[in-house]
Amino acid sequence: MDRRYQKRKLVNSLSTLLSGLAVCIGLLGLIWILATLFIKGIPAMNWAFFTESTPAPGSEGGGMANAIVGSLLIVGLTTIVSTPIGILAGIYLAEFGDRSKVASVTRFVTDIMLSAPSIVIGLFVYALFVATTKHFSGWSGSLALALIAVPVVVRTTENMLKLVPGSLREAAFALGMPRWRVSLDVCLRAVKGGVITGVLLAIARITGETAPLLFTALNNQFFTWNMNQPMANLPVTIFNFAMSPYENWQELAWGASALIAILVLMLNIVARIAFREKTQS
Amino acid sequence: MSENMIQTKEDVQAAMKRQAEKSAIFLRQDKIFAGITFSFATLVLLVLFGILVSLVVQAWPAFEEFGPAFFYSTTWSPTDGNFGAGIAVWGTLVTSLIALAVGVPVSFGIAMFLTESCPVWLRRPLGTAIELLAGVPSIIYGFWGLFIFAPIVQEYIQPWMIRWLGEPFFAGPPLGLGIFTAGLVLALMVIPFIASVMRDVFETVPGVLKESAYGIGCTRWEVVKNIVLPYTRVGVIGGIMLGLGRALGETMAVTFVIGNANRFSLNLFAPGNSIASTLANEFAEADPTLHIPALFGLGLILFIITFVVLAASEWLIKQGQRKAGGH
Repeated sequence: MDRRYQKRKLVNSLSTLLSGLAVCIGLLGLIWILATLFIKGIPAMNWAFFTESTPAPGSEGGGMANAIVGSLLIVGLTTIVSTPIGILAGIYLAEFGDRSKVASVTRFVTDIMLSAPSIVIGLFVYALFVATTKHFSGWSGSLALALIAVPVVVRTTENMLKLVPGSLREAAFALGMPRWRVSLDVCLRAVKGGVITGVLLAIARITGETAPLLFTALNNQFFTWNMNQPMANLPVTIFNFAMSPYENWQELAWGASALIAILVLMLNIVARIAFREKTQS
Repeated sequence: MSENMIQTKEDVQAAMKRQAEKSAIFLRQDKIFAGITFSFATLVLLVLFGILVSLVVQAWPAFEEFGPAFFYSTTWSPTDGNFGAGIAVWGTLVTSLIALAVGVPVSFGIAMFLTESCPVWLRRPLGTAIELLAGVPSIIYGFWGLFIFAPIVQEYIQPWMIRWLGEPFFAGPPLGLGIFTAGLVLALMVIPFIASVMRDVFETVPGVLKESAYGIGCTRWEVVKNIVLPYTRVGVIGGIMLGLGRALGETMAVTFVIGNANRFSLNLFAPGNSIASTLANEFAEADPTLHIPALFGLGLILFIITFVVLAASEWLIKQGQRKAGGH
């Protein structure tokens, strides 16, 4: 009896120890990656990094200005396009199609699209857009990213709208407001913070996406504002430079990785803080 | 405002008429608004349908040329225009399975620690840190994997495994890059996804159930093993499937470290290729007659596999949550 008790205690301590170890592995991964980025990436971020364009193979110096601007344009356009689409689709799921068949199928498909392989989205946009216009372009990159961002916005908007108490809606209806104004001016306004969180998370998600840009926006060695051309962007430039044999290219890639990681993690943290305040108040 | 003042019967009628007109306008606006939101919602369905159709159409020349053999043949040779999906499918499945074999126990440990052992004040920061791991872009995992992690695997882990485990799966020179390393990097990537689903479903276990078990003298491990896990089984499997879906379609992290070799080998230390890494490496420079259709064929296979896995995961997680709601 005593030995069995000892054994049970031993198994229990062992399981606690191993689960603690698992947490350490997770944390170690995070810290290791972040530390690598800071050690290798921060020194690469100097004035030229932000002001000069990517260097030609074998030449010294250079920066990431064209890729930074390209990424800003592509991600900015994606955000402008996918925010209203995602919010309106989310309003439909929460306010109009509550129990309809279409809504439940859409919900299911949206959840799958959240995790669908992003490289296949790139293939789709290539077939749809690049193959018909016969050239790579910043536009097609934005389209591919929008297909990834929209489901994120749809789901957070819908989940947030579901938190709006029914009595608030009824009060607005009782004042004689039309339904669309209740949706936009009452419900959506009530959960503004949560919806913004969703948009921020969507931006965080697409900022680092590489695979869908590989055969849509491609890359461009030169600085351009023209979204109808192949466009440099941070993720694809990191991919090309990291795989290259040139040491200064690899350094620039570390710098760009650190830049993206800082941006994405900041967005994640800000979104989380904004959302927490929202739910606590 | 005086003309709006209601004084006579006519005024009342006029006011009612105005009101009726207004209602009609509101009704029409509502219809339009509902129509707009509906069309955006169905856009998602259209995209899914469009992806399937466009992949089939673009891949058709390859299916016509190679027939069913395209799906299992292990030749992939752009130089003589002979394409089969076998190597890429094998690489995709094996890297994902390694990721699960390593990632699931760790995720389970994390979820168990966060819900059972962890002091309450530490739960939120630890949970957030693990979730931040999910926010790190995959290209950074790949870059880090190639320059930092792969050399360590090559130096310390592989020689040891070759010595003690050996043929047929762990043999050959320790290259660092290959299917095994890709699986390990993927494991780190899917841990946050699986762990957060597991934590969420573990939290749905009614406190009364656990307290009863503690009350009859169960240890913490016995509670997890005999109460929490059986209660949340469906949701846990759903979480694992979600991780699998993520791992199957992951591109950048794998492309950096898998070694990109179109050779079939049972040896996990050998360089290989996954569907996503083949696409990432070859698509931009592929020849449009057969190479591009073959790559679209790979994309179609990947899309169908991940769709089935993710649909199953979605359904299982829902099932798990419904149970929690209905107790």
